[in-house]
Amino acid sequence: MAGSDLVMYDSEFQKIDEELQRLHQQANANVVFLVDKNGQLIASAGDTHNIDTTSLASLTAGNIAATGGIARLLGEKEFTILFHEGEKDNIHISLIGQRVILVVIFDQRSSLGLVRLRVKKTSEVLARIFDEMTSKAEKEKAEGGKTAESPFAEISDEDIDNLFR
Amino acid sequence: MSFINYSSREINCKIVYYGPGLCGKTTNLQFIYKRTNPEQKGKLISLATETERTLFFDFLPLALGDIRGFRVRFHLYTVPGQVFYAASRKLILKGVDGVIFVADSQIERMEANIESLEDLRINLAEQGYTLEKLPYAVQYNKRDLPNVAPLEEMNKLLNVNGALWFEGVATTGVGVFETLKGVARQVLLELKKHY
Repeated sequence: MAGSDLVMYDSEFQKIDEELQRLHQQANANVVFLVDKNGQLIASAGDTHNIDTTSLASLTAGNIAATGGIARLLGEKEFTILFHEGEKDNIHISLIGQRVILVVIFDQRSSLGLVRLRVKKTSEVLARIFDEMTSKAEKEKAEGGKTAESPFAEISDEDIDNLFR
Repeated sequence: MSFINYSSREINCKIVYYGPGLCGKTTNLQFIYKRTNPEQKGKLISLATETERTLFFDFLPLALGDIRGFRVRFHLYTVPGQVFYAASRKLILKGVDGVIFVADSQIERMEANIESLEDLRINLAEQGYTLEKLPYAVQYNKRDLPNVAPLEEMNKLLNVNGALWFEGVATTGVGVFETLKGVARQVLLELKKHY
């Protein structure tokens, strides 16, 4: 299969979560999301109760993908930052390390300048965490070992049938 | 490209419905949406034109249940079938874990089916995938119409490698869940191989 699957363990999730919480606070944002480039939500911080996070993740990824397509048509590698301004809420979307998308939703209690500044710092930290994750996954693959606690080794036809009952 | 989250104990997989314009990809998703319990599904998002033709994609998140303590989520996408949306189709295939090719069984749409399948092969190849190695199934849709091609002929034209195939009438749901299950099974068994 082309590309590698994204595997995230508890320790990595904690690090990412901490970083998002910090950004949420320092940027004075309403909500902060981290989304996989394929549209899967990785983590979030802030008040997500009134937001359909799954749809938001998928649409954000679609947005980034479409913008990336436009960029390549113009001979750019990628547009790394998108900003949408609304009447009340604004959304700042940035691409980190070609792999994940950081989304910050904020209103008049914050400002674009502040968000950009804080996002930049967070991006550097997150990029490092994902680099570590990738090299760890590659190392595991090279050692040829399946993860010890793999939940998939035992998947049976019955399990799959049960999903569709 | 699946996303396995040991922290929240979730597996996320992406399945894409591919096929020529008006073959019934969106109808497949609409039927699944209609027949799934509210707690198992998210919103069905359709980025469509005013005439309800898919413009960018449809999206339906499904969480059907747990396997070995892991919540299994399938993200179902459709591509826009119309020929001139080629660039969008490419984007949606990114990171795909499984593909369902929905073919229009009407004789006059056979050319469009062949063209779309070729388009799928090319777009997959650009990302380093091949149809033969990817979890994949074919659905021969619209079997209720009078002018359909015989299954034998469709298999010869659209399924030379003998992939899993199903007859479908997406408007009434015939074959819809069977096809999804067919690919979902392959996706999960693929995970078993790798992890």
